[in-house]
Amino acid sequence: MNKLKILFNGILKENPTFVLVLGMCPTLGVTTSAFNGFGMGVATTFVLLMSNALISLLKNFIPDKVRIPAFIVVIATFVSIVDLLIQGFVPALGESLGLFIPLIVVNCIVLGRAEAFASKNTVFDSMLDGIGMGLGFTLSLTVIGAIREILGSGSIFGYTFLPASANILVFVLAPGAFFVLGFVMAFIRHLQKSNEH
Amino acid sequence: MEYVLMIIACVFVNNIVLSQFLGICPFLGVSNKLSTALGMGVAVIFVMTLATLVTSLIHVYVLVPTGLQFLQTIAFILVIAALVQMVEIILKKMSPPLYQALGIFLPLITTNCAVLGVAISVTQKFDIAAGSYMLDSLVYTVASALGFAVAILIFAGMREQLEISRVPKAMQGVPIALVTAGILAMAFMGFANLV
Repeated sequence: MNKLKILFNGILKENPTFVLVLGMCPTLGVTTSAFNGFGMGVATTFVLLMSNALISLLKNFIPDKVRIPAFIVVIATFVSIVDLLIQGFVPALGESLGLFIPLIVVNCIVLGRAEAFASKNTVFDSMLDGIGMGLGFTLSLTVIGAIREILGSGSIFGYTFLPASANILVFVLAPGAFFVLGFVMAFIRHLQKSNEH
Repeated sequence: MEYVLMIIACVFVNNIVLSQFLGICPFLGVSNKLSTALGMGVAVIFVMTLATLVTSLIHVYVLVPTGLQFLQTIAFILVIAALVQMVEIILKKMSPPLYQALGIFLPLITTNCAVLGVAISVTQKFDIAAGSYMLDSLVYTVASALGFAVAILIFAGMREQLEISRVPKAMQGVPIALVTAGILAMAFMGFANLV
């Protein structure tokens, strides 16, 4: 029961994007389509899972004073691995995510979970936390990507179902990212408020 | 002339915040007041220029000659983190008033993805063989940082106005800030064919 709680904490209650408002740069930058958002989410989940696991393993060996640089080295290592894997196996995704893959390193979610959770909990719990947070992030990015793709290019996961005349171009351009995220966030807050009453 | 066009392109056409989505966290986080936004803008210009100067040197004289480009992410983030710490210590000793003004923003900048983002993107954008790599990347960085400062200052002005206007309950705080930023980004799209 408790383990499930850790896993689902990141998906709903502490959703990194909509509730904690962390990792905004990739959220806005890569969500031009549902697939790009999903790909970014999976890459970040992998980094979160691996860095949480390793940092939790090393937590007794890392001196407190140099923990942040040590965490950054661990995270940067896994980010480089992901970067090379994506370039090697899904070059098309690498092309569209571009700069945002190396930038996973400065994604506040990853360092935030390392500091707030992995450095204090057991390896298994930290891995669950990493997966949960990663899934929450993936879900948010896929939802935002899907909304932008439907409104902006009339398709979902590359499958077109609306004529080109129905496309609202601005949603796949930069301003659309801000609009969609703003309104989705407001919608979720509204739901939370009406649940409380 | 080439550099004038590059500066205009970086500040208005390809603004790093509003069209490339780098540095969104400080853009949303410290844009409540015009004065703090100004402090952040200046701090980013300062740190970003210094960081790209150092990372470009490392790229040209260490990583490329030894063929270790795959270590770029790790090397750059460590250098930037160390650099920010060092700047903080030096400022504290050498110029207390400047430290007073910029101090609180410095730790925040390590996790500002705009700094690492620009440091990485100059290595992809400019070719070492072309000869003017260092100058090109420095001008590009200063212009990008200036773009950040311009965006956050305009945005802070808008948010100060928002404070006194009535906003629907669910939209208060971050959501309305995002929608405002969207409208600002739309305004900046008007510069699209300038260069």
